[in-house]
Amino acid sequence: MPNSPSSMVNQYRLEEDEEEEQQQDADTKDIFITVDNPESHVTAIETFIMYRVLTKTTRSEFDSSEYEVRRRYQDFLWLRSRLEENHPTLIVHPLPEKFVMKGMVERFNDDFIETRRKALHRFLNKISEHPILSYSQHFKVFLTAQELTSHKKQGPGFLSRMGETVRAVANSVRGLRNRPEEFTLMQEYVEDFSNKICSVDKVTQRIIKEQREYLDELKQYDLAEPLKGVARCVEGCSKETEEQIQHLSEVLVPALHEYVLCAETLKAVMRRRDNIQAEFEAKNEALASRKPENQELQEEVDGLADRVELANNALKGDWSRWQKGMRTDLKSAFISTAEKNVDYYEKVALYRLASACSTTQLWSTEAAEWIFQEEID
Amino acid sequence: MDAVAEGRNPAPDSLWRRYSEFELLRSYLVVTYPYIVVPPLPEKRAEFVWHKLSADNMDPDFVERRRVGLENFLLRVASHPVLSNDKILYHFLTEEHGWKEVVYETGFQAKADSRLRALSATFRVRNTDKRFMDMKHYSDELQSHTSQLLRARARVADRLYGVFKVHGNYGRVFSEWSAIEKEMGDGLQSAGHHMDAYAASIDDILEEEEHYADQLKEYLFYAEALRAVCRKHELTQFELEMASQDLISKKQQREELATGCERFSFKGMTNKLFGQEAPEQREARLKLLEELIAEGEEAVKEKTVECEEHVERAWVDMQRFEEQKDKDLREALINYAVMQISMCKKGIQVWSNAKECFLKM
Repeated sequence: MPNSPSSMVNQYRLEEDEEEEQQQDADTKDIFITVDNPESHVTAIETFIMYRVLTKTTRSEFDSSEYEVRRRYQDFLWLRSRLEENHPTLIVHPLPEKFVMKGMVERFNDDFIETRRKALHRFLNKISEHPILSYSQHFKVFLTAQELTSHKKQGPGFLSRMGETVRAVANSVRGLRNRPEEFTLMQEYVEDFSNKICSVDKVTQRIIKEQREYLDELKQYDLAEPLKGVARCVEGCSKETEEQIQHLSEVLVPALHEYVLCAETLKAVMRRRDNIQAEFEAKNEALASRKPENQELQEEVDGLADRVELANNALKGDWSRWQKGMRTDLKSAFISTAEKNVDYYEKVALYRLASACSTTQLWSTEAAEWIFQEEID
Repeated sequence: MDAVAEGRNPAPDSLWRRYSEFELLRSYLVVTYPYIVVPPLPEKRAEFVWHKLSADNMDPDFVERRRVGLENFLLRVASHPVLSNDKILYHFLTEEHGWKEVVYETGFQAKADSRLRALSATFRVRNTDKRFMDMKHYSDELQSHTSQLLRARARVADRLYGVFKVHGNYGRVFSEWSAIEKEMGDGLQSAGHHMDAYAASIDDILEEEEHYADQLKEYLFYAEALRAVCRKHELTQFELEMASQDLISKKQQREELATGCERFSFKGMTNKLFGQEAPEQREARLKLLEELIAEGEEAVKEKTVECEEHVERAWVDMQRFEEQKDKDLREALINYAVMQISMCKKGIQVWSNAKECFLKM
């Protein structure tokens, strides 16, 4: 049974006022997770990175208040696929990609590991903030079990998952009869959002590229003695430009990238919801075409109808939660970028001022007056 | 065609001059006043361009900048203590027609030093005034520093243009994205407008920068004018040395002829082979030599005067030039820095505004 009694209770909670709930979450955060300390592990067959996952919690479901385990990327993948299986129409935060396609990024390159570590940290924290997912048994096991391998073997087998996929394909071929209006709108939004966020991501990458080329040219300013003042100014500007590029790469790019992946998650969620509805519709039609009343089939259809309703409610509830989160996350990333840019220009202005002073070898009164006047304005 | 507006009574207020006529005027001035650091003309063709800026000579922006440069040239010449009194300059500013003929009539082209002679002098001269050699060295440095700076600036400008323009894409995408969002829509859209403004601002910034680049270019070309004065010194000095040398050798010949012992010479050989020459012939030769020596002494006097006058007058003008240059370059660099600071302020403005929009998201 995918839905436990406790998770059904939580679904009820989603229909309450969103604001209040999020405020409660902030005040009553009872679980803190960090991902750090990447270490290389070498075996006969492979080399991989293990991350330390540290959990501190006051929740009663946990036997202890502190846990420390080591997990590898594959373990995270396992957790996420379990969560998606159990909650097919909840929006489960995406994981960082398996490997980076563009450019030559070594799997064990320090920057790559650090970027991944940050994303994994964010993933676990997003799960812990989710009102339903955070109480998942798999999540608890992930955070607490010293050895994950035994737990990985349990759960729906490979064959049953195969069956689901086959049914899903069959249903999508058949097509959906009555998709509720709101989900159609949602689908359209997801398509558009996906395009837009990808565009913003591309533009940002392009900006970084242009900034890097600008930085290269700045670095080639080779000025002799009489222009030493100018040279120092250029050096200062180079340093600031480097920091600006770094900030973009460490703040804006990861945030945008996360939501590019989210868009894909949303598409998958929409598909799964459609499949659930399609399955119900198929069985329902089969029922209608049978002349003698089939009790077993009727029960099956009723079960599937319930499943559809639960799935739709889960999605509806999670949808507004997700939108709020997206707005908060991206807003904060953009604000941070704007602040960094203001800071950049302030510092560069100072370097230019210093250069003007050193060029004159004294404070040229007219120039100084002009600058101060502008400051006052 | 460049219009030159000049207010000189009772002459007409403005007349038309081609770039080539400016070139002719300058050539005339350089030949006529070889001890003056003659102000340079703006470039004929656009150089040190960053690639987004048109390198087309017909481009209106380039034509306008060249016009400003020509105006500046005339201002410099007209305010020069020596050059401003020149008649040909006056005609240039007042007579639209027939000016060219008047210039050619001065025959200045005949007085121009051959490039080859000048080059030869540079290599073979012995005693040059140290101050001039230092000036020459300085002019090389000036040229190399300014051209370095100009080249680097052009490349950097190119890159900066790219950075700004890409931000324009944010404008477009934010606008499209705002259409599908409810709460974020307004904030995104207005942020997008600021990004558009940011992207557009680089055009004005770089155009203004070009103005300062032009000021630097003027001194790049001034370096050549300075070098020309130094070369003239080398030439006059060299000619003096040659004349002195020539005089010495003629005097020596007279010595030998007078004392009757001609050292190794053609005449000496022919004497040995064909017998001594007649006394009348010797007298004739001696007389000729005396004439040549007298001419030679005049020549040396002239050359000495020429050389000394050049040194004196050139030194005065080089001092004037140095003062002017220090003042101009300092001002240009300060103005450039001030302009850059104002550009930073605009940047601060745009991103502060963008931040306000993001806060409203």
